[in-house]
Amino acid sequence: MREDLTATTITIAGAGDDAVEAYLAVPEDGATSRGGVVVIHHMPGYDASTKEIVRKFAAHGYAALMPNLYYREAPGASPDDAAAVARANGGVPDDRLVGDVNAAAEYLRALAGSNGKIGVIGYCSGGRQSFLAACSLQLDAAVDCYGACIVNPPPEGMPLKVTPIVGLAKDLSCPLLGLFGADDKYPAPDETAELSKVLDDLGKPHDFHTYDGAGHAFFSVDRTAYRPEAATDGWQKVWDFYGRYLAS
Amino acid sequence: MCTYNTEKIEITGSGKGAQGWFSLTDATVYFDHPVHAMAEHTLNIDFRNPGKGPAARVAVELTAESARALAAAIEAALAAVPAALVA
Repeated sequence: MREDLTATTITIAGAGDDAVEAYLAVPEDGATSRGGVVVIHHMPGYDASTKEIVRKFAAHGYAALMPNLYYREAPGASPDDAAAVARANGGVPDDRLVGDVNAAAEYLRALAGSNGKIGVIGYCSGGRQSFLAACSLQLDAAVDCYGACIVNPPPEGMPLKVTPIVGLAKDLSCPLLGLFGADDKYPAPDETAELSKVLDDLGKPHDFHTYDGAGHAFFSVDRTAYRPEAATDGWQKVWDFYGRYLAS
Repeated sequence: MCTYNTEKIEITGSGKGAQGWFSLTDATVYFDHPVHAMAEHTLNIDFRNPGKGPAARVAVELTAESARALAAAIEAALAAVPAALVA
């Protein structure tokens, strides 16, 4: 694997036709048929470490695109300032998220060499949003990395305007891979177990893994939450999963 | 874990950020993952003026122990001056 790629910042027409900044990485491997991945950043925002994840997908042969979900509130701001605005405003509205992911998916489908198959992956708040997108759009594979507030409501008193979305599970359009930490409280293992049960009852294909010794954000290489064993195994599960569902 | 919990208050004062001094109107206080501090969770305070844009922000990330010490120091400093000064 040569891992050659091109990465650049583009503008897409997101929900409501709003101009939304997005980070695109495309393999330079000469492939004529490849899948695409929409990356949904974590609550700390459209930051350097998540852009690195976008490039990682391209290095593994996928065209990847990450919309800046906080662009409207904070165009041109540094990621941490933008995240602070988003937190104070209560997060990203669900319908806007779906529109932005849809725009990103359409952009990837239209790229030269696309096989038309689109996966989505999200981290932290993006984990919930990955599930939301997969229940709202026609996608081919979805990955939820420690997304909370899918089954349980947010803790009382928090300003986030998110609500449980487990009721959308009947509309899940594709297989779901869930990667969670046993020490996480949001989502705690009982919440992800409940989601798994709901999906079982609905006959929706899913594959959940909960890692001992790992908590929230165990994929984050620049944070003390990083757990190399869980992250390395989790990445392998992502490659296997997308290899199965996004291949031509 | 992401705690999500956030306290939000209105404040009056000034702060010095990347672009120099500016008036403060809001503060958000939350215990969650830091951007920069090397701790799993920190007590984070954003002193802000949303009317001046996202960059009008002074941010601190403190360990829980440091945050408690700071809160006590603030109370002690206020208690040490004549009440008329801080009324």
